[in-house]
Amino acid sequence: MKRFFVIAMLAVVGYYLTASLTHIPFGVNRIGTPSEEATVSGYYLNNTKEKSQVANVVTAIVVNYRGFDTLGEVTVLFLATTGLASILFRRKEDDEEHERINKPSSSLLQTGSKFLFPLVVLLGIYVFIHGHLTPGGGFQGGAIIATGFLLMLIAYQKYHVGHAMLTWVESLAGITFVTIGIWGLLTGGSFLDNSYFPAGTLNSLISGGAIPIIYIAVGFKVGAELTGVLDILLNTKEDKPKLSK
Amino acid sequence: MSFDYQNIVTISVYGSAIALILIGIYAILIKKNLIKIVIGMSIVDAGIHLLFVAIGYINNGTAPIFSPGNENRVLDMVDPIPQALVLTAIVIGFATTAVALALVIRLYKHHGSASVDNIKSLKW
Repeated sequence: MKRFFVIAMLAVVGYYLTASLTHIPFGVNRIGTPSEEATVSGYYLNNTKEKSQVANVVTAIVVNYRGFDTLGEVTVLFLATTGLASILFRRKEDDEEHERINKPSSSLLQTGSKFLFPLVVLLGIYVFIHGHLTPGGGFQGGAIIATGFLLMLIAYQKYHVGHAMLTWVESLAGITFVTIGIWGLLTGGSFLDNSYFPAGTLNSLISGGAIPIIYIAVGFKVGAELTGVLDILLNTKEDKPKLSK
Repeated sequence: MSFDYQNIVTISVYGSAIALILIGIYAILIKKNLIKIVIGMSIVDAGIHLLFVAIGYINNGTAPIFSPGNENRVLDMVDPIPQALVLTAIVIGFATTAVALALVIRLYKHHGSASVDNIKSLKW
């Protein structure tokens, strides 16, 4: 009965979604001709190259034009990590008798992940250093680094990421981001205005002013935060749940 | 409506986005297991991201990157704003999923079950 109501409701929702999407043709250029800059996208596409010398327009939007939004986004990620830690927090003394129940992994997996771990971290660092030149950036690179740590956490039961180290990396990266923003305020612009940095030349590693620095900071921050989330979730001790019935 | 190439692409892209959204809502409303409800939320996320990026697409468009040799191709670049917004939305989706899973773990430990039927404090 409930299923019938839900399906009827979903049919109504699907009908209206479809009906509204029929007015939005797929693949049509909605930006307008770039010369007249009819839309925000047209402005971004026209001005990114000359003004900030960044090859990747998406990076320019995320870090430069919408930099404040990205600062908020990083804050949300930080809050999620903190919330996760506070929800799953256990006091030390009632953890003594539990270990992670899984069997120790095979030596093939252990050797393989020891071999892959530096390469995965290197790939992550490559992705966020080249965030302004290639499709990639701080969030993607940070996620790749966290994948490397996940490999180590799964392969080695005793492997533990130092929480002090994670906190330091995270805080320093956040402080770098905010300092660059405040420096823009002090040098006469607005918050996160990075036009005081030399712009560099298009398509070289040092280009785009402060954008690569901010994205590197974001990469370290996201990598540390995601690693913290994985570490907390994996090291939550399994105790026998007491039945509520 | 004729079934030429353009229409087939339109229907498949928009159709899969709408299908993902509806499947996710169905999972949220019908499933009893809390983990499956969280998975449903993630599926709705994926559908919305697909819809966003699809709306920004331009036929035969390139990625909005001025890679070497492409410095002057502004005309056929796809819309960069939906891609930037989806980048934000993916991260926020990850954060909400992580917190929801932590709450599910807590509930499972407290009640011994991840089914909404067995968690009496959810009923009122």
